[in-house]
Amino acid sequence: MELQSLIYLFVGISFAIYIGIALWAKAGSTKDFYVAGGGVHPVANGMATAADWMSAASFISMAGIIAFIGSDASAYLMGWTGGYVLLAMLLAPYLRKFGKFTVPDFVGDRYYSDVARTVAVIAVIFVSFTYVAGQMRGVGIVFSRFLQVDVNTGVIIGMVIVFFYSVLGGMKGITYTQVAQYVVMIFAYTIPAIFLSLQVTDTFLPQLGIFGQTTFAFDNGVRVIPEGTYLLHALDSAITDLGFTAYTEPGNLWNMFMLTTALMLGTAGLPHVIVRFFTVPTVKDARVSAGWALVFIAIMYTSASAVAAFARVNLIKNVQNVDYKAFVNGELSHSDGTKNDGNWFKTWEQGGLIAWTDRNGDGKIQYASGTAFDGPKGKPQFVEDERSEVGNRVTTNGKGAPTQEELAKNNGLHNELYVDRDIMVLANPEIANLPNWVIAFIAAGGLAAALSTAAGLLLVIASAISHDLMGQVIFKDKETGKSKLTEKSELMWARIAAIAAICVAGYLGINPPGFVAQVVAFAFGLAAAAFFPTIILGIFDKRMNKEGAIAGILTGLIFTFGYIIYFVFLGGDKADYFLGIAPTGIGTVGTLLHLIVAFIVSRMTPEPPAHVQEIVENIRIPSGAGEAHDH
Amino acid sequence: MSPEKAQAYWKENITTILKLLVVWFAVSFGCGIIFINELNTIEISGIKLGFWFAQQGAIYVFVILIFVYVRAMTKIDEKYGVNE
Repeated sequence: MELQSLIYLFVGISFAIYIGIALWAKAGSTKDFYVAGGGVHPVANGMATAADWMSAASFISMAGIIAFIGSDASAYLMGWTGGYVLLAMLLAPYLRKFGKFTVPDFVGDRYYSDVARTVAVIAVIFVSFTYVAGQMRGVGIVFSRFLQVDVNTGVIIGMVIVFFYSVLGGMKGITYTQVAQYVVMIFAYTIPAIFLSLQVTDTFLPQLGIFGQTTFAFDNGVRVIPEGTYLLHALDSAITDLGFTAYTEPGNLWNMFMLTTALMLGTAGLPHVIVRFFTVPTVKDARVSAGWALVFIAIMYTSASAVAAFARVNLIKNVQNVDYKAFVNGELSHSDGTKNDGNWFKTWEQGGLIAWTDRNGDGKIQYASGTAFDGPKGKPQFVEDERSEVGNRVTTNGKGAPTQEELAKNNGLHNELYVDRDIMVLANPEIANLPNWVIAFIAAGGLAAALSTAAGLLLVIASAISHDLMGQVIFKDKETGKSKLTEKSELMWARIAAIAAICVAGYLGINPPGFVAQVVAFAFGLAAAAFFPTIILGIFDKRMNKEGAIAGILTGLIFTFGYIIYFVFLGGDKADYFLGIAPTGIGTVGTLLHLIVAFIVSRMTPEPPAHVQEIVENIRIPSGAGEAHDH
Repeated sequence: MSPEKAQAYWKENITTILKLLVVWFAVSFGCGIIFINELNTIEISGIKLGFWFAQQGAIYVFVILIFVYVRAMTKIDEKYGVNE
């Protein structure tokens, strides 16, 4: 079957399943809407958490980042998994015992203050929106590449789908669609990984494939790397010849340390992840569920490390020194007779995510270190709808003939290629000439990853508004301290808030602030500095009071936010980095400051009232979580 | 539950967590970052050991740690009669 029809078929079937589940799992009460009734099986919740957690960034971008950065990018692998250990031991069980609906619920009750609750609501909304904008953009990219529709149309289709299952089904609808989305996502990721592993190293499991030996000889432009070389040896020598640092060579360990910590703490502090643990029946289930979530995440993450290495080898093998015209017309073959069809190059070039400029005029593609295009990030600037005689897209900022310095650094080679990291996972199966159905599957997987995370985030935003802001602050009965809203009207507010959140997210997806990709990474730093210490102290330090908590949250948030704004958006100089820490890892310092400030302030102010100390004692004991749910 | 018993339960919980977090730190920050260069001198089937820990090994240990924690806590919960 044609590739395009297969893509429509796969994506269509997966969407039909999601909508079907949404109609089946309609939420009837606020408890259904916020925590799926509190009766989700721990394994199902683990799967839903994994889908919730693994976003377009994990699915589409991560392996690409590792492929081009190598060893130091392990920070993403360890950081985005290690946080689950913290979550399982330090947060999930106690928050489940606490047994309410949202993170601001906990902050507001534990710190007996509507100011703390409101600060938490603002932080939740802020962190979640920055994150969700990136997801909607991811949906748009997949749509425009694979379904041949405009990016904006893609975003709107995505909004309609998410609308169905989050507004109708709330947490209940989201949970069961996420289970389905996980299944789609994991097959879409691992099947191509297995194909690649067999192709490159003749090993079935990609996790073991990186221990394997290459099944083919390939020419990196300097010399031929023989068949039977260990994969990582082949990769290391192939790229060092081209002027890059070795793939397995560690770089800046200090920044790697800070980034790993920030990602771990951020993972444990992200509200849409935490809230998933409110949906299981008991405290023990919450612990088990965190374990299963990590199992399901680990399957994909350990494959990612292998996919990254395969992708880099394949890129060099297939594009180095090939004649552009013959390549994109599918006229080339490898020395072993397998086809080297460059049609993928042409399609991604159309989207502007890969580009070639023939700097030495030989009609062939050369790949080495350094940028091929002028400008700060070496990004190509295309002339609309114009292709050269050879067939590549015309650019305006291609560099001129290679310099002596460049040739000396790269063993006589120079770089003529621009590759956007984000295309590596999506383009990988095409680069390796895998069957069409594998490529179609990857499109459905990328959409599942983006939609599942977007829905989880939107729900957190909606419940922060309807439950915390409307129910607990604005419509609070001063005398009883309870919400004046009826069950029915709060549910209506929740649905209105979800619709509003979807519209804002869609707007952000269509008009992305130019820095979405960076902001997503910063969302972790902010989550780490704002939430992680407050929750931990609320559980483990009985003496922590509202003064300490509020001072801590504000310190962590303002410091981290200010540092990022200064160095990323106001053009601060790298030389002025605090202790040399890059903005992506600064959340670690923000967390530390939060802890210190909260501790000092709390010891100088009155201890929390007796009923709050009782709450703390109560959440430390697992039994009785089942009935603690209604309030 | 009496306050003394609750305190003893909490203490056992904390000790268990701390022991496991030492391992958590050692495999990720220890093997994958701090001592990565030293471990990279050891190579198994084409992979440097430090690199492997950072890319895969740490993740496998994380998974095991959570299930060890679940088992340990289930036992402690039963001992103190706070299981459900």
